[in-house]
Amino acid sequence: MSEATTAAGSASGQPTRIALLKVLGPVHVWALGVGIVLVGEFMGWNFSVGKGGAYGSLIACWVVGLLYTCVAMIDSEVTSTVAAAGGQYTQAKHIVGPLMAFNVGLYLVMAYTMLEAGDALVVGDLMKAVAGELGHADLDPRPFVVLSIALLAWLNYRGVFMTLTVNFVITAAAFLAIVILFVGVSPWEPAKVLLHKDLLVDLPYGWIGVIAAMQFAMWYYLGIEGTCQAAEEVRSAGRSIPLGTMSGMITLLIAASLTWYVAAGLMPWEYLGQAITPLYDAAKLTGSGTLQVILFVGTIFSAIASANGCINDASRAWFSMGRDRYLPTWFGAVHPRYRTPYRAILFLIPIAVVFAFQAPLDQVISFSILSGLLGYTFMSFNMMKFRKQWPLGSIKRGYVHPFHPLPAIVLLVLCIATYFATFLGYGATLVAVMAFYILASAWFVFHRYKFVRRGDQFTMPWPRPKGY
Amino acid sequence: MAQHYAPPKQGGMGQFIDSILLMVLVFICLLAPVYLKADHSAAPPEEAKEEATKVEATWQGLGQTPVQAQQWEKLGHTPETAKPIIDNRFDYAVDPMALIVTIAVIVGYFVFVFRISDREYREVVRERFGDGGN
Repeated sequence: MSEATTAAGSASGQPTRIALLKVLGPVHVWALGVGIVLVGEFMGWNFSVGKGGAYGSLIACWVVGLLYTCVAMIDSEVTSTVAAAGGQYTQAKHIVGPLMAFNVGLYLVMAYTMLEAGDALVVGDLMKAVAGELGHADLDPRPFVVLSIALLAWLNYRGVFMTLTVNFVITAAAFLAIVILFVGVSPWEPAKVLLHKDLLVDLPYGWIGVIAAMQFAMWYYLGIEGTCQAAEEVRSAGRSIPLGTMSGMITLLIAASLTWYVAAGLMPWEYLGQAITPLYDAAKLTGSGTLQVILFVGTIFSAIASANGCINDASRAWFSMGRDRYLPTWFGAVHPRYRTPYRAILFLIPIAVVFAFQAPLDQVISFSILSGLLGYTFMSFNMMKFRKQWPLGSIKRGYVHPFHPLPAIVLLVLCIATYFATFLGYGATLVAVMAFYILASAWFVFHRYKFVRRGDQFTMPWPRPKGY
Repeated sequence: MAQHYAPPKQGGMGQFIDSILLMVLVFICLLAPVYLKADHSAAPPEEAKEEATKVEATWQGLGQTPVQAQQWEKLGHTPETAKPIIDNRFDYAVDPMALIVTIAVIVGYFVFVFRISDREYREVVRERFGDGGN
């Protein structure tokens, strides 16, 4: 979230910190989480149909929904207690240690930057599809990809408040587009528009396909944990974070089920499993020009809202790591006029553009998913350590999640299943992503850590952690 | 009281090299499987598309019911253009060696990160709270 109130430089030459304004309520937390994630209903989730069939995708969607419910429960407790900007990165600094924090910061940056590349890719592809229908089949989508990323980066460079406000409005419009499509296909009259009886087939790969589908089923919810980025700016962290995050999860579970129901009732699973813009295609199949326009606008809005949120969050994570010296301090600069982390914003643009140009959508999404998955694996260990180092009653918690350690254990088990799901079909991508984090970790340990001020990494007013 | 660690200052050139190094690392590691085409792709390969134009395909031959065929056609597909999409199946046969290596890489990574983090965290705690402990 906004770091706009972090001023750089004072008369003494020491950085001056101005506290972030506590103005947000549960509705804002909901909008922040759902805003980044909603694009997952418009594209990407359907690759899970390709891996496990339509029924396999639905089962995987619910199982992964359980994974994210555990994420939301854990996140609500830790975030409402570590109520500081930076989200999981700040949590890792205080609970696990610098190398883990460096990795968590990278997970956030890579997950969001790859999602941003995927968003831009969808905008380009949709423009090409629409141009084709209007008789301009040879339209080059690449200028639209670059333009989308450049325009959103410029908006973020200039200031964040207005762009995030606009984000909330267009997210609501995109969600409304899904609801309109659902109503438009007359779900109360089976076989009139929706053809589930004729299109749904048994599990094409059996139960192993259901497990494999868990990889892309994550796309329905990936990014909901971004709600904790607002921790420092909510009026009551103990109330707003759990309420906003859990209501966001419920919204996404409903939206995911509606999306699956409409798409699976209109497209053969083989087509659905590789479509770039499945909901727009679904609207096309209804034969309604109005629905097609609404879904075109909804898809563009959701992609733009998501990319905008991603640039915002990725650049702030990169900026925070620069400020803490985990990365070159050059990235820790704030624009003197716009008060934005402008160097971090500019540095991440070429990475997003290159991946949007060079990699297919399913692989770009896989990079994003794997970075998210590594972050969730960290969260399960983080929760265990958090309760052990500061048992209940030793520090003031905004919220205490029930049934500990069950959510942490379930989360870890489901993460392991999702690693295996990724191994099935995307094993080389999995190893490549791990190679990146291993090499980056080695770089941090053997080179970068010497520039880090040790004691400055712990800023919470807590007692000494138990066992240390 | 524990002694405070004073980190060295990094010059402009050092910062520039670090930044470029990280960007190169991202490109090399993450684009490698894309260029090597080491994984399955949701989009059918170009060769399969070309191959499909050479043989006559039918909806029935592709295992599609009349309703499914009708939906394909509404989406602008013919049996020839749909064939590479329908034939682009995943192979879920598990290579035990590849699985063992992948597990070792993931487990090794987390063990390494948590062990080193713990060592670094102790330094942080010592500077912040002083020597001693509980």
